[in-house]
Amino acid sequence: MLGRSAWGLFWMFRSLERAENTARLLDAGFRMALTRGLSAASEEWRSVLITLGLDSDFAAKGGEYTGKVVTNFVLRSPDNANSVIWMIENARTNARMVRTAITREVWEATNESWMVLKDLLARPVGEGNLGEVLDTIRRHTTLVRGAMEGTMLRNDIFNFARMGTHIERADNTARILDVKYHVLLPSLAWVGSRLDNAQWEMVLRSVAGERAFRWMNAGVLEPKGIAEFLILDGRFPRSLAFCYNKLVSNMAGLARAYGETTPAHDLLLQAQSRLNQTDIGQIFDFGLHEFITAFINSNRQIAEAIAADYRFIE
Amino acid sequence: MTLGKAGLLLQLCLTGGHADAAEALFGVLMNTTTLSCYDEMIDGQGQVRPAYAGYREWFDAQDPRWMARQGKEAESFFRRTGITFNVYGEDAGQERLIPFDMIPRIITADEWKKLSKGIDQRVRAINAFLHDLYHKREIVKAGKLPERVLAKNDAFLPQMVGFTPPGGVYTHIVGVDLVRTGPDEFMVLEDNARTPSGVSYMLENRETMMAMFPELFTKVQVQPVSDYPRALARSLAACAPPAANGNRPVVAVLTPGIYNSAYFEHAFLADQMGAELVEGSDLRVVDGRVCMRTTRGWQAIDVLYRRVDDNFLDPLTFNPTSMLGVAGIMDVYRAGGITIANAPGTGIADDKAIYSFMPEIVEFYTGEKPILKNVPTWRCAEADSLAYVLDHLPELVVKEVHGSGGYGMLIGPTSSRAEIAAFERKLRANPDNYIAQPTLSLSTVPIFTKAGLAPRHVDLRPFVLMSPGEINITPGGLTRVALKKGSLVVNSSQGGGTKDSWVLAE
Repeated sequence: MLGRSAWGLFWMFRSLERAENTARLLDAGFRMALTRGLSAASEEWRSVLITLGLDSDFAAKGGEYTGKVVTNFVLRSPDNANSVIWMIENARTNARMVRTAITREVWEATNESWMVLKDLLARPVGEGNLGEVLDTIRRHTTLVRGAMEGTMLRNDIFNFARMGTHIERADNTARILDVKYHVLLPSLAWVGSRLDNAQWEMVLRSVAGERAFRWMNAGVLEPKGIAEFLILDGRFPRSLAFCYNKLVSNMAGLARAYGETTPAHDLLLQAQSRLNQTDIGQIFDFGLHEFITAFINSNRQIAEAIAADYRFIE
Repeated sequence: MTLGKAGLLLQLCLTGGHADAAEALFGVLMNTTTLSCYDEMIDGQGQVRPAYAGYREWFDAQDPRWMARQGKEAESFFRRTGITFNVYGEDAGQERLIPFDMIPRIITADEWKKLSKGIDQRVRAINAFLHDLYHKREIVKAGKLPERVLAKNDAFLPQMVGFTPPGGVYTHIVGVDLVRTGPDEFMVLEDNARTPSGVSYMLENRETMMAMFPELFTKVQVQPVSDYPRALARSLAACAPPAANGNRPVVAVLTPGIYNSAYFEHAFLADQMGAELVEGSDLRVVDGRVCMRTTRGWQAIDVLYRRVDDNFLDPLTFNPTSMLGVAGIMDVYRAGGITIANAPGTGIADDKAIYSFMPEIVEFYTGEKPILKNVPTWRCAEADSLAYVLDHLPELVVKEVHGSGGYGMLIGPTSSRAEIAAFERKLRANPDNYIAQPTLSLSTVPIFTKAGLAPRHVDLRPFVLMSPGEINITPGGLTRVALKKGSLVVNSSQGGGTKDSWVLAE
């Protein structure tokens, strides 16, 4: 397959994944705002922006940290070069570029996502329809993944697409965790407070992990346990360990098909063994923020190595 | 809706006004106006013609409201599928649908047999003509084509002189634009020997019709078109260059990219053929072959179905600023390293100056009388013709030989006396630069409107594939229809739509 097609698929699925995770994060912020009252929630909305890496862009526009302003900025503002609608459009542009590599069903699901969301996000989103909008984003990105799962040949094309999904998802989960722990925690005295618990719940919600975690831990929200769940629990589909196990399997598929491994494989295996050979105690001893920063950096290096090894661009 | 009502609409058409001049300038059917017209569905007595008998029986039994809903559904289907074209200029970046009309255009098996014979003959002649032009120029020596129409002609590529493309095929894909003026009167309006487009609409229109009205196709037997992509792949593979060494050729489609107006078609054809869809940035000449950058390194391409113009093909040979082509591809081509479809330089065969010589060209190379007529054309370079044209300006369409886009053109019937007089001066000053054609009365086929069936002007572009020793013509083609009443403009950017084109089974 063309290097440019691999590049297009990789970024098509990164964009879709990021759009979906952004919707989840907004949903979590929205629920917190509902429970805490709109005025008290400005700190949570700011944390949403920090997680998305949009805080300085937002601050430059001088907007208020309220639900309406922040959600519209994140979802649809032309001032935001990484808005959700832009990501969906980017996914669709890439899908158009790799049209010959994907099935008609995957293309139509992607094109329809774009048509529906473009229409839905053409007007400002209010509290009345935010839930519906976020739900639509999640539903449509899920449809694309489902069409992939059900119709695509399991070859290099499929692997490049899934690699995009897993690289992006690992990055997003790591950022969500980091922001809560590093930015939102002003002092240790806060630990265990009602505010603290609410924030942890927001973290779990934004990775769709609240139900699974509650089920496993009988409702006890405890930072270390949550961090362990999000980083090391290979059963949870948005954990770093899960993403990396999948990534290893996608790249092993490529190595089998192509008859060779590349430097990206070595980088990935090193990163995976760092995850597998550590426990949550060691991570906290090392420093959670430091651990996550190192992970995000190495995740980016792996993505760059994949792009170089498989000739995404010349 | 009753037959009588259709007849009435036809009456309106008979007295319908002329095409708006400004609009007609860019239209494909521009040299014609509505004087009286032949309707392909209904005859002069208001009776349904035999070709449409089966269809009308079915149509009259349908609920018009249900039909209208189906039409809406077809549109949303096209949007979802992404069968759109990009618009340049004002609405840049917008994607538009080409309106689809659900009333099919129907041709009988006998009509088609005759048409396809004529098309076959014409395409063979075009290919032989190209070979001759770039080699011995027998036709010029024989005095059938004056040297002057070749001199100073941009479509003629000196780089092709003395070179024979693999398999001797110049025009792998040809679209022949036909118009109809009567029961047995088809004329060639234009030959498209460069990179004719529209075949994806031919295929998708049929898919859509079959999805919307499956039972209709059990009632009326229609010759299938769905084999086109496979035939195209076979035909291209049969023209592999010497460098392919008899291995299964690697075929790729070269597109200018996703912002090109015909991108959908490029992707569609590549997908249907199982070929790679490449852009200039994917390609490079490596070890004497044109290669594409794959995830595993550079891979040689044997046959390149290019959808970029000659001028952009090779920055080393043609337009040096082109980003759409491959530097050095012409050298590889001439050394037998790749097949380019269509061959560079085929544009000379569909040039307006050449068009008027097509009857002579067909006869010269096939030794047969042309089966398909040209629209009669007066070459003002010839004294007798010029005299006739000057005497009949108010009823003729006069065009510049090398002009494009309708500049420097006179549509006699819609022009004022002053305009005609002004044009006459230009014509007298430089007669070599002009040709003239009569105004034609084009056939109509009904479209579906809220008020029922209404006749509109149509043309037809059949698609022809050529490989060594074989010419394959898909039964039917693309019917373009001017959706505005009385209009002759079938261009998709100006209110033109498309129809499914049926050739009935024998």
